[in-house]
Amino acid sequence: MDNLAEIISQNETRLRSEWIRTMSSAVERADLISKAELDEQCASILQAIAEGVKAGGAGSISGAGWTTARELLSSISASRARQGFSPSDVATFVLSLKQPLFIVIRENLGREQDRLFETIWSATKLLDSLALFTTDAYIATREELIVRQQQELLELSTPVVKLWDGILALPIIGTLDSARTQVVMESLLQTVVATNSKFAIIDITGVPTVDTLVAQHLLKTITAARLMGAECIISGVRPQIAQTIVHLGINLEDVVTKAKLADAFALALQRSGRAVVRTTAGPTSALAGLLKKQED
Amino acid sequence: MSVLKREVVPIQTSNDVVLARQKVRQWAVELRFTLVDQTKLVTAASELARNALDHGKGGTMAVEAIVNGARSGLRMIFEDRGPGIADIDQALKDGFTTGGGMGLGLGGSKRLVNDFSIESEVGKGTRITAVRWR
Amino acid sequence: MERIPVLRMGSLLLITIQVDMHDKLALQLQDDVTERISEWGSTGVLIDISSLEIVDSFIGRMLANIAAMSRVLGAETVVVGMQPAVAITLVELGMSLPGVRTALSVEAGMELLYGALKTGTENERLEA
Repeated sequence: MDNLAEIISQNETRLRSEWIRTMSSAVERADLISKAELDEQCASILQAIAEGVKAGGAGSISGAGWTTARELLSSISASRARQGFSPSDVATFVLSLKQPLFIVIRENLGREQDRLFETIWSATKLLDSLALFTTDAYIATREELIVRQQQELLELSTPVVKLWDGILALPIIGTLDSARTQVVMESLLQTVVATNSKFAIIDITGVPTVDTLVAQHLLKTITAARLMGAECIISGVRPQIAQTIVHLGINLEDVVTKAKLADAFALALQRSGRAVVRTTAGPTSALAGLLKKQED
Repeated sequence: MSVLKREVVPIQTSNDVVLARQKVRQWAVELRFTLVDQTKLVTAASELARNALDHGKGGTMAVEAIVNGARSGLRMIFEDRGPGIADIDQALKDGFTTGGGMGLGLGGSKRLVNDFSIESEVGKGTRITAVRWR
Repeated sequence: MERIPVLRMGSLLLITIQVDMHDKLALQLQDDVTERISEWGSTGVLIDISSLEIVDSFIGRMLANIAAMSRVLGAETVVVGMQPAVAITLVELGMSLPGVRTALSVEAGMELLYGALKTGTENERLEA
């Protein structure tokens, strides 16, 4: 395969400009990457490919000789992912090198049919592996981004609210899976410590279904709070949820549950030795007001 | 998957269990795990180190900083030449213990990490690998 | 040999665990607590673990044991100040420490103990 390496090195400038020309017509994203930057990237890749073929052969790109090319393609692919190119943009980027390369190979080996075929075959396999590798790297970067965004979303969607001195409320909206539970637990327990709150009301009005798994997650949170010295009250238990809990045989014996958040709050106030007292006379009803007017 | 750094410490005394905990804590902090993840790692290390000491009659703990693609993690490998575990499935069940007392078995430690595996041969020894990814 | 100090405050025993305990130290503490309860007739035990960054199954069992043994000797135990990360890990480990009363802080713990003492032993005078 010295031929391929030589062919690439000797025709580098031409290959590069043809490659960019072919690429641009297929993938025109001048808004995302400048011509100069593109030119530089292509030059480095061509050089790395030539080196790779020379050092490691064109059979496989996993050897040490191909490390530079792999690292280069990985980082270019990652930046493409972050810049907003699509996966096929990235694959086309590599694959559009085929046409210029084949043309140059034919010019060099046109007379020797067998060698021509062999070289073109190796070149096409090589570029296919490189394109696949580049696409994999792109996908890995995208997944990393998604995971990070999911994390941020999780954290945003579980606020802990201080209802009163020593009483917290934690409204849960949406499904409670194990990842969410971790975030909920951490958030709740940290707030318990920070506010020295003995009571935490976990409102599940916004939780669509409570099956055995969700119940387990809730129980974990309640147990952890208890270990720290805080008590949890579950509120917002809808009639269907109550039925499901009983049908599934979920044991919530040690847990205080209330249908409404208001009831849970009243309980927490009472348990912490407080009462709500009316300090002014209440508003009179319209009828009572009328009657009073008549009397006057 | 590649190993970036590796260190091996002995587990021969109950003080070694404390040292093992501190070693794992140090590495977990360096690898920038969250506080909760650090705590899980150190607690798992404590459980497994104690297991190697009490059940395995002493052994070693290897800590490794590993990388797999974009993920980085901490791997702990506990090895002993003790009696081995006859029934691994049983050992992983909660409430199981061969010593007296409220045994939690190895199931607890398994829940504290992401990847967990046990290789054991009766009469030869045991090797437990636990990994937590960042 | 080093031990974890057990302080007396009237009818309460106050224990603050600040070191990374090895198993022998934990067992020594269990012994010391039961000895002191018998010796001083204590009716309450407060264990402050706010400095403990790790509670594994051994330490967990120790706490449960101390609570159980103390109860047999007529004393109530409260464990205070467990850190969030520790609570989360203990739960994942599968330990819920039933029979161990807990409180958020030393103050809350003492309130609990004095409260328990008041309702539990009306005949004895409380020494503070």
